[in-house]
Amino acid sequence: MSKFLKLLRKKWFDWLLKIALRLAAVLTIGVLFIIVGYILIRGIPTLEASMFAFKFNSDNQSMFPALISTVIITLISLVLAVPLGVFSAIYLVEYAKRGNKAVGVIRVTAETLSGIPSIVYGLFGFLFFVIFMKWGNSVLAGSFTLAIMILPLIMRTTEEALKSVPDSFREGSFGLGAGRLRTVFRIVLPSAMPGILAGVILGIGRIVGETAALLYTAGTVAQIPSGLNVFTGDVFWQDSARTLSVHMYSLYREGLYIDKMYGTAVILLLLVIVLNTVSTFIAKKLTKK
Amino acid sequence: MKTNTIKNKHYFNKNRVSENIMRLLFFIAALTSVGAVLLICIFLFGNGIPAMAEIGIFKFLTGVQWSPTNVPPSFGILPMILGSIYTTAGAIVVGVPVGILTAVYMARFCDKRIYKCLKPAVELLAGIPSIVYGFFGMTVMVPLVRSFFGVNGSTMLTASVLLGIMILPTIINISESAIRAVPESYYEGALALGASKERSVFFVILPAAKSGVFASVILGTGRAIGETMAVIMVAGNQPRMPQGLLRGVRTMTANIVQEMGYAAGLHREALIATGVVLFVFILIINLSFSLLKRRDK
Amino acid sequence: MEKKFEITDLNLWYDAFQALKNINIEIPKNNVTAFIGPSGCGKSTFLKTLNRMNDLVEGCKINGKILLDGEDVYGDIDVNALRKRVGMVFQKPNPFPMSIYDNVAFGPRTHGKRSKHALDEIVETALKNAAIWDEVKDRLKKSALSLSGGQQQRICIARALAVSPDVILMDEPTSALDPISTSKIEDLIFDLKEKYSIIIVTHNMQQAARISDLTAFFLLGELIETGDTDKIFSMPKNKKTEDYITGRFG
Repeated sequence: MSKFLKLLRKKWFDWLLKIALRLAAVLTIGVLFIIVGYILIRGIPTLEASMFAFKFNSDNQSMFPALISTVIITLISLVLAVPLGVFSAIYLVEYAKRGNKAVGVIRVTAETLSGIPSIVYGLFGFLFFVIFMKWGNSVLAGSFTLAIMILPLIMRTTEEALKSVPDSFREGSFGLGAGRLRTVFRIVLPSAMPGILAGVILGIGRIVGETAALLYTAGTVAQIPSGLNVFTGDVFWQDSARTLSVHMYSLYREGLYIDKMYGTAVILLLLVIVLNTVSTFIAKKLTKK
Repeated sequence: MKTNTIKNKHYFNKNRVSENIMRLLFFIAALTSVGAVLLICIFLFGNGIPAMAEIGIFKFLTGVQWSPTNVPPSFGILPMILGSIYTTAGAIVVGVPVGILTAVYMARFCDKRIYKCLKPAVELLAGIPSIVYGFFGMTVMVPLVRSFFGVNGSTMLTASVLLGIMILPTIINISESAIRAVPESYYEGALALGASKERSVFFVILPAAKSGVFASVILGTGRAIGETMAVIMVAGNQPRMPQGLLRGVRTMTANIVQEMGYAAGLHREALIATGVVLFVFILIINLSFSLLKRRDK
Repeated sequence: MEKKFEITDLNLWYDAFQALKNINIEIPKNNVTAFIGPSGCGKSTFLKTLNRMNDLVEGCKINGKILLDGEDVYGDIDVNALRKRVGMVFQKPNPFPMSIYDNVAFGPRTHGKRSKHALDEIVETALKNAAIWDEVKDRLKKSALSLSGGQQQRICIARALAVSPDVILMDEPTSALDPISTSKIEDLIFDLKEKYSIIIVTHNMQQAARISDLTAFFLLGELIETGDTDKIFSMPKNKKTEDYITGRFG
């Protein structure tokens, strides 16, 4: 023991720690730069107009339809998940009383949901939406699956945003004779909006980057989902479609289109960088206030 | 007497009714997550457990042979279970030391300017899609391993290192906030005793934050074991017992995605059962995470 | 003097802790009543029972009777209507993060006033009555958070006035303010009592002596003594009151 202490007392140990700390930070940031740099440098030259052709064919392997599908699936997922997530958080923060047993259950399940890997969501979506609900591989099945996947994220960020609204605002509103509902919608939610928005953007990032949960739910059809058949009542959300990430995986499976993969990776990375920047910007605005 | 009484004029006061309707609506919304977990359990277990029973649970979990298209087929997923465990363990060996050291650096050592670069970098690392990580692994790491070790580059090592990178943000973010949550007085106390800054942090602050740091490792484990796309692209995916760091390996997640596209009948159910096993692993990891958090309080 | 509030045998618990013990007091109309006492004596808690703000505190149990103009505050009532009649100003100025105009108009809008013309008038009157109109009339659309602490508190008073209450509860309204802002608000309270019944909790005994007509002294959840402010401060009946106001503790 005393030997150990002597060892510790030596100066070099401090130096070792100092170096290890900086090395770790350099590694972390270095890895990021290498990944982003490599993909941008190798990928940007591969971009060409035909990769953004309106129609996909086996020659151009266009990612444009995938881009549109990504937007559609993102929007439908958000329409489903954001109200549910925000309302859940409102219930937990603004309504539930101390010792409410439902709250414990809801929190545990939300935590469980946030730990489930995307492939398990994919399996569930396949079994439930595609087969049991008979929706087939479709935009709708994919969007519902992703909505469940990002629900805990929206819940958690909204909860944090609501909790950060000072109680004095609520007291002020109640003190004027406003009911809980009006207090929540007119006073609390507007103040919590930046935090909620930052969470929604994180959710968009997860949807854009998702592959495993979509492969067997939304499927991999490379065209823009546009089926609008008056006779069968077919709507675009009943079509199968691939997002950018799934597009990239499909290219990988074909094994022939490394260049197109670089191109898609560039677009995906740029999207993620933009989303992250916007989210940081909003978060910064939040802390300034 | 004035007319502005405070008496409840009508029991079905308009405000009161809308308050109650909305309260119910919020409550129902809050129950969706409960419903989702129930549905996921019902559909996964409902489809997976019969398959396990048909194959024989013991045979399924400990069988070393996965050849679903043979006649007769055999459905042993031990290779994939071990594949998942090994690559995850490898990811922890790679990711945890770097992650914790980075978290310590960010929470206690770096000045504001560097922090302003590091924090968004970590966020971006968390935001990169796994398919892009996989692509990077495939185009950079696999050839690197191949030329360095003279083997086919798609190996357990490649997968572990890539996963190690992917779990960095989880470990860094959670560890960092755990380290920040340690009261300043601990640190000052150690400094006052004449300990150096490094030593104070490592022998006073880090131990005080250990349950948060440990929680970050658990969450990182969950992320690594559940990761699918990146692993598929670098691990080789041979459905056989793992044979070493420099040989290919298949994880449970890869097993599902690789074969789900064409599987039918018992084969498909066996893949769902693989998902069930993965889900149980995740539930255990989640449970230990919540237990740790509860104990922390 | 006409009674506004009539409180009999009021007890209040936070879980197992009894914060108020057998309070009996009458509070007159169009007067300033001050609650004094050392911190933790229950004076703020008592104030908050009058407009049922304690409903928001979990684990809070109340028994006893509080009558407002003869109606039981804890009976079958519309809490929002009660709080409209019994307005409140808080210890720390808490304007909402919106414009000055919207802050003051929030209450009337809550209670169904929609017409722009009527709202304009209410806002102007409320701001005038709160003696802040001249300072803000040119920047009604600016955020209320851009004002100084003293101005914010007067905005909060205007906000309370805008729903035309009959009672205004003030929970140490000047404790977070500088002396100049404090004296402005004290002058304002003096003017307001013509139209409103005012109940003010204060730490500051000089303030109670300056502005109130009646004073009630609380200690450890009990109401020790109540009476005309002049009498309480010149010849308190109870030894504990005397000790407190002569500064022997508190």
